[in-house]
Amino acid sequence: MALLDVSGFSRYSELRGQILPAGRTHPVDRTNHYSFGTKTPELALPLGVDPSAFLKSCNQEAGVSIDLNHGTTTLAFKFQHGVIVAVDSRASAGRYLASNDVNKVIEINPYLLGTMSGSAADCQYWERLLAKECRLYRLRNKNRISVAAASKLLSNMMLGYRGMGLSMGSMICGWDKEGPGLYYVDDNGTRLSASMFSTGCGSMYAYGIIDSGYKEDMTVEEAYELGRRGITHATHRDAYSGGVVNMYHMREDGWIKVCKEDVSELIHRYRKGMF
Amino acid sequence: MISSQSFGESGKMKEYHYSGPVEQRFSPYSFNGGTVLAVAGEDFAIVASDTRLSEGYSIHSRDSPKCYKLTDTTVIGCSGFHGDCLTLTKIIDARLKTYKHSNNKTMTSGAIAAMLSTILYGRRFFPYYVYNIIGGLDEHGKGAVYSFDPVGSYQRDTYKAGGSASAMLQPLLDNQIGFKNMEGVEHVPLTQDKAVQLVKDVFISAAERDVYTGDALRICIITKEGIKEQTIPLRKD
Repeated sequence: MALLDVSGFSRYSELRGQILPAGRTHPVDRTNHYSFGTKTPELALPLGVDPSAFLKSCNQEAGVSIDLNHGTTTLAFKFQHGVIVAVDSRASAGRYLASNDVNKVIEINPYLLGTMSGSAADCQYWERLLAKECRLYRLRNKNRISVAAASKLLSNMMLGYRGMGLSMGSMICGWDKEGPGLYYVDDNGTRLSASMFSTGCGSMYAYGIIDSGYKEDMTVEEAYELGRRGITHATHRDAYSGGVVNMYHMREDGWIKVCKEDVSELIHRYRKGMF
Repeated sequence: MISSQSFGESGKMKEYHYSGPVEQRFSPYSFNGGTVLAVAGEDFAIVASDTRLSEGYSIHSRDSPKCYKLTDTTVIGCSGFHGDCLTLTKIIDARLKTYKHSNNKTMTSGAIAAMLSTILYGRRFFPYYVYNIIGGLDEHGKGAVYSFDPVGSYQRDTYKAGGSASAMLQPLLDNQIGFKNMEGVEHVPLTQDKAVQLVKDVFISAAERDVYTGDALRICIITKEGIKEQTIPLRKD
């Protein structure tokens, strides 16, 4: 194809065989900007520089300030009627509030949800890639992917880039043949299964609320209220969390979106009850 | 240890100590200033940018707009490091052409936004130092604005300001278009004329208080009839 020739794509693949030792498929430095296509995506790396320190060092130059969107509180817990997932909606870039209505829950399929905390771009990219892999699994195997397998795919993606400065704390929630599933996956490759997790810089505040109010046999309304309170109190005390509470309920027949409420109104409701 | 003394600005003596090898580093980035703004209406979208290109204390050019036309229904505004803006728009154009030749149709705004997110993330470890905002019409003919961070995190908005004066403009837009922090006001939908006037006023304010914004304002108005451009002068100081 003429355009690919002009952009030097075919020349690069000859060069690649000489640069890379056989069998290695790690991301490498490329002078070539036009390596795109449907094959395995690779990420460009500056050679000879530690990736996680590189960005920090650039920020010290006068005027240059590359701030990436960050910050969150998310929580999820299992109870007798399924899984409740609640997230805030704030994205901050350094000290500037980039947005107060970000969607931090990715709807992978009607039986799988992923939450995002940490660096917004990392979460969006890898969870979109996970959604693609889950869809391919469904097409190839005629069965929906299990929650355990989906979370394992994500944690293996993270392990491939361990130590390079990615920042992602995610919870994969779903309902499969084993029943309700909740896994925590983070950028170190940690993958844990339990009945309650909270992630993000406001997680400590959320844990305080949900730990004290949690009962395995809660009613559905009590569970919704617990999720709402957890996020509201965390946003009240954490500067990098705020906006609205987005809450989902994962049931046997799929997830439903429960509510999207502004935390400033919620905190007034809860503070009234305190006095 | 070698120490030398020299006179500082206030006339007092300053001491310099040489305490070992000092690392000198080349920075691949530079900040060229500029502000970009996009607003989405019911059946139109506006992308506006100033036209000043600066570096440090100098102005390189007074006529370097930051809006780039991608398709008949989409315009992108890129501010930050000018070198990366140019390369990024070249790559987007190449990808648009490839898509057109493979799929026999033009990319929609939403598709361009999703593609830009992956292009930017492809350089996660050596980012393009560009703050992007895409403005255009979606498949249903409604206005759409997509805002990005330098590594590809994005979302659809109604209005967004990016670039050096973004922190000054965004609160004003929140108040005038989003009706935030106002009580007892009727939420009227934004008309095209009102939106254009608002954009002009907002940039005039930005030029007053931000040193990197000024010279002229380029507005691109996107409707189903096509893209119209206007240029309005701003403060040159």
